[in-house]
Amino acid sequence: MLPAAAALSTAAAALPYREVAEGIFVRFGLHEEVTADNCGAIANIGFIVGDASVAVVDSGTTQQQGLALRQAIADVTDKPISHLVATHVHFDHCFGHSAFADLPLRSIGHRNLPRALAERGAFYVQLLSGICPDFAGTVVVPPNETVEDRLDIDLGNRPLRLKAWPTAHTNTDLTVFDPSTGTLWAGDLLFDQRLPTLDGSLLGWLEVLDSLLAEEVRRVIPGHGAVSDGRAAITAQRRYLETLRDGVRQALADDLDIPATLARLGADDLPDWQVVEDVHGRNIVSAYTELEWE
Amino acid sequence: MSPSQSIARGVRPRHLIAMTSVLLLAAAVLAFFAGPTQAANSAWDDIRQELYGAEREILPAEGIIALEAPYRALDAATVPVTVTSTIPQTEDRYIRSLTLIVDENPAPLVGTFHFSPANGVASISTRVRVNAYTNIRAIAETDDGKLYMAAEYVKASGGCSAPAAGDAEAALARLGKMRLKQLGAWRPNELSEAQFMVSHPNYSGFQQDQVSQLWIPAHYVRRIELTVGEREILSFDGDISISENPTFRFFLMPRGSEVLRAKVVDSENRVFEQSWPIQVEPSS
Repeated sequence: MLPAAAALSTAAAALPYREVAEGIFVRFGLHEEVTADNCGAIANIGFIVGDASVAVVDSGTTQQQGLALRQAIADVTDKPISHLVATHVHFDHCFGHSAFADLPLRSIGHRNLPRALAERGAFYVQLLSGICPDFAGTVVVPPNETVEDRLDIDLGNRPLRLKAWPTAHTNTDLTVFDPSTGTLWAGDLLFDQRLPTLDGSLLGWLEVLDSLLAEEVRRVIPGHGAVSDGRAAITAQRRYLETLRDGVRQALADDLDIPATLARLGADDLPDWQVVEDVHGRNIVSAYTELEWE
Repeated sequence: MSPSQSIARGVRPRHLIAMTSVLLLAAAVLAFFAGPTQAANSAWDDIRQELYGAEREILPAEGIIALEAPYRALDAATVPVTVTSTIPQTEDRYIRSLTLIVDENPAPLVGTFHFSPANGVASISTRVRVNAYTNIRAIAETDDGKLYMAAEYVKASGGCSAPAAGDAEAALARLGKMRLKQLGAWRPNELSEAQFMVSHPNYSGFQQDQVSQLWIPAHYVRRIELTVGEREILSFDGDISISENPTFRFFLMPRGSEVLRAKVVDSENRVFEQSWPIQVEPSS
């Protein structure tokens, strides 16, 4: 049934899927840099099962991870896959899409996603090809449908509410809310344990955090980290982003350039976060080039 | 060296930018993803030949300029580079221009900054895109026509094909907006530092639209002129290897409460102009 299922050889593709709420299955990503061993299986990806069909939310970094996802779906249901959702442009979330290319499904992303994939796709492909032996055969597949603001879909007695956000973590952030279980699939708008990566707008992200967790949200699946009610995770992430904002604003007020700002803030002690190396420095550069235009 | 590499290397940098041929651009992209190259010197040999000819002597920069760049860049699209001049700008002897080169970029010539004695000192800080592990070079030309070169090796990749982090829509909405920041207190006829910024995506032309299969065309700042009163303070002829939102720190000797004017021309011949009254404190 699955053409290349036999080729699922790596530990990355074999990571288990767990049911975190009724009919919602998640493969939890590893808190590691991308390596030949993990082949970029660092993000949370998974699927939601309705009465009639299945929606995939993020597909992983490689075609193999996408195929493993298809196998995991086949292990729990024979319902067809009707929707493939990308929460944003980053390769660890939507570069497994090619595993679903033979299916007649609705592939959905933020309105900015096609352009963002065009801008970054070739770069990510080259980057990953040099790291990951599994990457052969993986191609970038843009969505066939985009979300301007909101989109409601239904998997059969299982309505899902998709929302496209203003620029925050990236300029392609899309969330999936499942009212049946009160579960918000937040993508990388929420990082837990792994240090957030800033690739969109620091000020925009802080603003989005104000409205990310509506009253009805009882459970959050972050892009990285554990499932929880989201409140503590969002507080920790806000603290990091606000500290970054305040530190960079002060550096700008002190007329520091980028190297001097990195020297001042780059050695910050961040004991609450994992995979900090390089990410914090890149976040500082990103925040600097945004906030210098305030 | 692969055939695609030799294609890219054989083309004058200027021509590379002017090219609209998808095939040649594709070849250039491949060339530069061919990885950390062992042929760093041959890239430089070609660039040197194009810019200066094989005969012209290039002296070591010690005692004239120093170049600072991070050995390992965190963000390849925003690599800070500082050239510090160690000689004063006087009428008798001054640095006429500083040229920045990133050997392994598809368009290696980042650009040339033009100075005069009015700068006091011909130092410059800016940010460049770096597409592969490469030497970065700064070449100073003094008023007597002599050339002095400093070089640093930088580990970074993908800076030309990956746009800088951020929001492309917000950047376009801000297209052509400028900022001038006076760093520290400025006093008449004393060395004063400024930061100039212009909002521009500086698209490299190395990104492909997956839907249309067309390359997103290069769109970049090609000239910047800064004047104070009637004096030309700094001009820059640039290319795609300057980071998004071109930004420079430089020096000048203000005479009093004058107006600093900026004129920016991009590759689509759009012209942006802005001016700022200079705030000057009494002489110390």
